[in-house]
Amino acid sequence: MHNKTLAQISQDLQAGEYSSVEVTKHFLDRIKNLDGQYNSFITVTDELALTQAKAADELRAAGNANEWTGVPMAHKDIFCTDGVRTSCASKMLDKFIAPYDSTVADNFNKVGAVSLGKTNMDEFAMGSSSESSFYGAVKNPWSEEHVPGGSSGGSAAAVAARLAPGITATDTGGSIRQPASFCGVTGIKPTYGRVSRFGMISYASSLDQGGPIARTAEDAAMMLNVMAGFDKKDSTSIERDVPDYRADLNKSVKGMTIGLPKEYFSSDLDPVMAQTIQDAIKEYEKMGATLKEISLPNTNLCVPAYYVIAPSECSANLSRMDGVRFGHRCEDPKDIEDLFKRSRSEGFGDEVQRRIMLGSYALSAGFYDAYYKKAQQVRRLIKNDFVAAFNDVDVIMSPVAPSPAFKFGEKSKDPVSMYLEDIYTLSTNLAGLPGMSIPAGMINDLPVGLQLIGNYFDESRLLNCAHQFQNATDWHTKTPTGLK
Amino acid sequence: MEWEVVIGLEIHAQLATKSKIFSGSSTEYGADANTQANIYDLGLPGVLPVFNEEALRMAVKFGLAIDAEIGMKSVFDRKNYFYPDSPKGYQITQLHEPIVGMGHIDIDLGEGKSRRINVTRAHLEEDAGKSVHEGFDGQSGIDLNRCGTPLIEIVSEPELRSSKEASAYFRKMQSIVTYLGICDGDLSQGSMRCDCNVSLRPKGQEEFGTRTEIKNVNSFKNVERAIEVEIERQMDILEDGGSIKQETRLFDADKNETRSMRSKEVENDYRYFPDPDLLPVIIDEEYVEAVRSTLPELPEQKKARFEAEHGLSAYNASVLAANREMADYFEVAAEIAGDYKMAANWVMGDLSAALNKNEISISEIPVSAEQLGAILKNVKGSDISNDGAKEVFSAIWQGKGAGLENPVDQLIDQLGLKQVSDTSAIEEVVAQVLADNPKLVEGYLNTPEDKRAKAIGPFIGATRKAAKGVNPQVVMEVLKQKLSELG
Repeated sequence: MHNKTLAQISQDLQAGEYSSVEVTKHFLDRIKNLDGQYNSFITVTDELALTQAKAADELRAAGNANEWTGVPMAHKDIFCTDGVRTSCASKMLDKFIAPYDSTVADNFNKVGAVSLGKTNMDEFAMGSSSESSFYGAVKNPWSEEHVPGGSSGGSAAAVAARLAPGITATDTGGSIRQPASFCGVTGIKPTYGRVSRFGMISYASSLDQGGPIARTAEDAAMMLNVMAGFDKKDSTSIERDVPDYRADLNKSVKGMTIGLPKEYFSSDLDPVMAQTIQDAIKEYEKMGATLKEISLPNTNLCVPAYYVIAPSECSANLSRMDGVRFGHRCEDPKDIEDLFKRSRSEGFGDEVQRRIMLGSYALSAGFYDAYYKKAQQVRRLIKNDFVAAFNDVDVIMSPVAPSPAFKFGEKSKDPVSMYLEDIYTLSTNLAGLPGMSIPAGMINDLPVGLQLIGNYFDESRLLNCAHQFQNATDWHTKTPTGLK
Repeated sequence: MEWEVVIGLEIHAQLATKSKIFSGSSTEYGADANTQANIYDLGLPGVLPVFNEEALRMAVKFGLAIDAEIGMKSVFDRKNYFYPDSPKGYQITQLHEPIVGMGHIDIDLGEGKSRRINVTRAHLEEDAGKSVHEGFDGQSGIDLNRCGTPLIEIVSEPELRSSKEASAYFRKMQSIVTYLGICDGDLSQGSMRCDCNVSLRPKGQEEFGTRTEIKNVNSFKNVERAIEVEIERQMDILEDGGSIKQETRLFDADKNETRSMRSKEVENDYRYFPDPDLLPVIIDEEYVEAVRSTLPELPEQKKARFEAEHGLSAYNASVLAANREMADYFEVAAEIAGDYKMAANWVMGDLSAALNKNEISISEIPVSAEQLGAILKNVKGSDISNDGAKEVFSAIWQGKGAGLENPVDQLIDQLGLKQVSDTSAIEEVVAQVLADNPKLVEGYLNTPEDKRAKAIGPFIGATRKAAKGVNPQVVMEVLKQKLSELG
């Protein structure tokens, strides 16, 4: 049952092959039996899931079901879920029970999906390895020695380990695409403003975007249909019709022009990785697409711009975690200043504190113009690069990350090497473009993803390209070795 | 040395929107602590601000009223600081691109004199909550009801030159925002608060001296007092050859002194940056014109009209026009009375005295403008005397008109205030009085011509005693006539 895709489970439920309670129990059992190994869930909501599943079965019996009724899934623990702990993998929010639903969670509730629980991640989504969680590191189902990527490492690992067929995630600089690549699953970060950020705990407001991680492009499309849409509770969400993302999946890619940014395929790229990606892109040539070298001249500025903007925004976004109204509060504060300082020092992990300090520094009087303002100018240049590129091409393809999954501890002691993990993914967040990762090969028995970058609101095209690739290849069907 | 005083004011006015600037909670004053704070106001993880466009409309209205440049693009910034009653750890405000740019107002300096003061800018921001330090056993309580109430912060140019000018400016701002209906102007509830920037410089010097900022002064009187004691303090230091430290100070009204706040708060680096959760606010000419079309007559315009149309003095016109409700009350009463000057004297005299004595505002007055108009119409028609008018006014004030269909007329009757102006009736009474008082008549006739005016007094008293409510003027004329006939 767990090897079925979300779309298959949906069909089976509609055909009455099994009930929602059955499939929900099956996944809950798997999580219970296997997740000790992966640590991909922070909270499993057994009771709630079974209640939802039961209600779904009743709806179906009454003839009021839709394709989502009773389909199990899960949420990254960054989405607020009413009455359920929403921790952001931080000690700070270890005891925080959200009193409201994020729009994304609410959307899934409304269509009758069953939520199995909340998945593990890097603390406050800051990281590329899911090692910084207060609840311990997530293991990559393909290799216990390797990280699953981050920050949505729990979502990607759980999908790869068949603990849930599809899980929500978020992406601020690559946090959907890089773990999807490391775990051999499919993930899409939509255009900024496409999915409501309401109730999604902010890391960097102008870069954060929610999206799905699933096994196939079709499943991702099905999830995005639920997630996308205008929300008046999020002022940055965009009022624009949402297409049916499954409608274009079977379109041919013949005649499509694929842009290959020369800066992404420079001599810095590991030759094995380069070869793997090029092999994948050849599949598209076989299907009738044409390739075109393009230039994104400001690529080298992405990492520095990102590591000014994201920490700056997070330094303010995380100020509300002050120990006063919710979250961790230190013991016996001697005054308010002490309460602020110790609650935050104790509640936040090292990487979070590092980024708060980085951001506070960049925003300080006298430094603002040199850092934050300059980074915003750079951001405009990066955006312009893409706008120009999309005059000539339909989709851009590149590696997702410089390498397949790395080992635990390999980069966690050197922040800069960790930051460089996002070198190919940051640009789409800075430009606000949609980006996707699909399984496209293996290096040293570890999966490698191909990145697809689309024009604004061109998610349908990305999903179409991904689906066509998945029709022609079987990388996305590969199962981690030894998976039970 | 002769010193010149330089004052600039920053006034915070709470906008009278129904809900908060970035959340749907009510802004009503006086509810139980934290009952008007929703998940946004609490700053819970994941919540996002949504701008209340009513606050935008009000701010633009204000900008137009002070003839200011309107920010066609305005940007919200985060001002970062930790404070327990600031739940997000930052305040959303507007730093570089405010909704209202340079404008000006004319302040009233008494006796009809006025002076133009430039207003640097006015920007939108959210109010903080309140820390409550009593009743929590050595700890502090936080009430977030006020948190997120929309404010406009109105910043003046440093053009005010005395404490009197400063309070006149503050008063005028209160007058404008209440006229516009964008703020209730209630200083006692903190709806308007004022920070005063004060410095001195040698007369004739162009460069400004070092300023201090006196925070959160909450009445017109205290603005004057705070500035006066601060001027004195600074002058003492400067005269002794010392220098002023740039700092934030608090005014202690009980001790009548300003005190330094901790310097740490002064040196805060607020790390402002554009709020990425909110888009820039873009408006167009059409929007501005639509708001302009809703502008009411403003105090300056009303004052000019009172002078031109109703013939009021500049002083009376400016006093009456300063308060919109007072001005409206006056106009309604005056029109019914048919005498604007009489109505103006009444509103500024007896009526204002009664309001002050009872410590209530014009909005709470128990005598309606229509009722005062009817009373004064009776005075104008000589149906009652001015004293009679005072009696009716006070009777209605005391609630004696309650339940009466036509309180003014009925109370005039009940209280026997109706004047008899019918000459023939009065002639009869006078004839009787003269007949009853032969000695007085004799005395009068023996009085020299030039002193007779005084000697007529006792006859008037006797006549009014004999017939209550006779019109004293008619009595006087009839008496003169009758007495002159006698000799």
